[in-house]
Amino acid sequence: MELSQRKKYWRENLKYLAILLVIWFLVSYGFGILLVDELNTIRLGGFKLGFWFAQQGSIYVFVLLIFVYVRLMNKLDKKYKVNE
Amino acid sequence: MGIQTWTFIIVGITFALYIGIAIWSRAGSTKEFYIAGGGVSPLANGLATAADWMSAASFLGMAGIIAFSGYDGSVYLMGWTGGYVLLALLLAPYLRKFGKFTVPDFIGDRYYSNVARTVAVVAALFVSFTYVAGQMRGVGVVFSRFLDVEVNTGVYIGMAVVLFYAFLGGMKGITYTQVAQYCVLIFAFMVPAIFISIMATGNPIPQLGFGSAGEDGVYLLDKLDGLMTELGFTAYTDGTKSKTDVFFITAALMMGTAGLPHVIIRFFTVPKVKDARKSAGYALLFIAILYTTAPAIAVFARTNLMETVQNTPYKEIPSWFTKWEDTGLIAWTDKNGDGKIQYLPGSAIEGKKPQFIEGRADFGQRKITNPSTTANELYVDRDITVLANPEIAGLPNWIIALVAAGGLAAALSTAAGLLLVISTSISHDLIKKQLARDISDKKELLIARLSAVLAVIVAGYFGINPPGFVASVVALAFGLAASSFFPAIVMGIFSKRMNREGAISGMVAGLAITTYYIARFKLGWVGNPETSGADNWWFGISPEGFGTVGMLVNFAVALVISQFTSPPPQKVQEIVENIRIPSGAGDASNH
Repeated sequence: MELSQRKKYWRENLKYLAILLVIWFLVSYGFGILLVDELNTIRLGGFKLGFWFAQQGSIYVFVLLIFVYVRLMNKLDKKYKVNE
Repeated sequence: MGIQTWTFIIVGITFALYIGIAIWSRAGSTKEFYIAGGGVSPLANGLATAADWMSAASFLGMAGIIAFSGYDGSVYLMGWTGGYVLLALLLAPYLRKFGKFTVPDFIGDRYYSNVARTVAVVAALFVSFTYVAGQMRGVGVVFSRFLDVEVNTGVYIGMAVVLFYAFLGGMKGITYTQVAQYCVLIFAFMVPAIFISIMATGNPIPQLGFGSAGEDGVYLLDKLDGLMTELGFTAYTDGTKSKTDVFFITAALMMGTAGLPHVIIRFFTVPKVKDARKSAGYALLFIAILYTTAPAIAVFARTNLMETVQNTPYKEIPSWFTKWEDTGLIAWTDKNGDGKIQYLPGSAIEGKKPQFIEGRADFGQRKITNPSTTANELYVDRDITVLANPEIAGLPNWIIALVAAGGLAAALSTAAGLLLVISTSISHDLIKKQLARDISDKKELLIARLSAVLAVIVAGYFGINPPGFVASVVALAFGLAASSFFPAIVMGIFSKRMNREGAISGMVAGLAITTYYIARFKLGWVGNPETSGADNWWFGISPEGFGTVGMLVNFAVALVISQFTSPPPQKVQEIVENIRIPSGAGDASNH
């Protein structure tokens, strides 16, 4: 694989990581911890929203994030022909 | 049939299953012993990782911890799941591409240094031993609770079972028994949870149930908050820990999870890089099933407890209460002499456990010698949150037996995974890589098996004679993993400039400051014990959360030192280039 191609592949990978990790941070440390009091004024059925993110929502998002990452990377690998 | 008979039957069947799998999946080479031959499917690896990860503490203890700490319990829920995102995105695929057997393998090769390798081996051994001691104890406790045997006898039985399949099959045997163990434990956890959820709210899905309303039309969480604040507790959905501390504990648990060797090596067992990514997703999915159910069980159990016991005369209490009182997990002292139970904030007893003495007091309750002076009359062990579920829900005896089998599956699977890391560290990282480089594969396999025996014996010893600090060392295990492995591996992948000097000094600094802080503020081994209280914590960070600071120190020291020392050799920079490209992962090799 060409050096320039490798660099491009790596840069796109890093971009995905940055976006996904921002979401990871936001749903747990953001919604579940730092902003929990503000979000708790909003209700989601019987849940206060901040509490829900801390004990439920963040975990669902974590699972989704990994499967989104798997999809994105499988596509990226194909694009740069480094898939197996 | 009685509970006892059912328990013997179900535990017997599951043990026979594990042993059968062990015989079927015997290991014939070190590659099979260390990484199951590298041919595990992502789905099977996901199941095995989930079982590996969820210990007796997750299975029996977590719902209880949450039930009695409310919002504060979120640190465990987020901390022990969020780490898998880091694993999947930052570590697993690259380490799989690197294609060796162990975490010290990576550290030693990437930092072209046997010193780095040795630091990693010592950290891996320390983390795994602290962790496994608790697991062997857990096996004993589960046995004693369900089968009425001595805790120590339980530890011996557990040692024998783990030894059998770890000795024969290594990683291969462990992987496939863990798949079976996951199925047993998740079934055992979910069935009572679903029934309890239906009872409490009519909704069969616990995750939705605890956000629903009960028969009276009041949302369950609102009712619980109301009950608790009325009696002077903090509302369930509000915490008592500071925001800073919650933040740092969550982070330490996440980075620690991502840095635990027994979790990382699971990703060496799949055939390709893309399988490593996918199996991290499966692993978290399977873990999330239990981790999102636990907070629901916590709410059902706490509400039930508050409603059932508060101001209830002891004579009219349901039978599960007295049954668990007989086992010593519940204790009641009638402090105001009204014959009714008052459950209020504050500890009902002096010390950690109630000290029972012979005889019964006025209303038939067991006598204890150490009641406290607070108005709270009730001591409840957190473990009953899961243990008492089936009885509270009125489920048949075979389900109670199933919970026992589930608890054992959780403890055994985690113990086995840890024991493998220990035996691999000895036979591969120490002997093969440092002391006797030219031994044959056959000999190494034999040494690996003998190390497994040794590891089981040492772990069993700690299980029978638990060091006083075992409870607090879980914090230490995560703190050390977060402050040593996690930064060293991440920088090894994402920075080509990171060199031997930077990585070693970073790891040593991170380990040292974290160990010091925990020894100072958790164990009280150094410094003045009078000033080791929460008031003196640095920045209000508890010892549990200090691994995060250790990690930051590691990163900072490593980055600075590496700037002033020479860059890694060309060959190492090529390794880094290579692990960033997923194709050509090939088989893991022993060179």
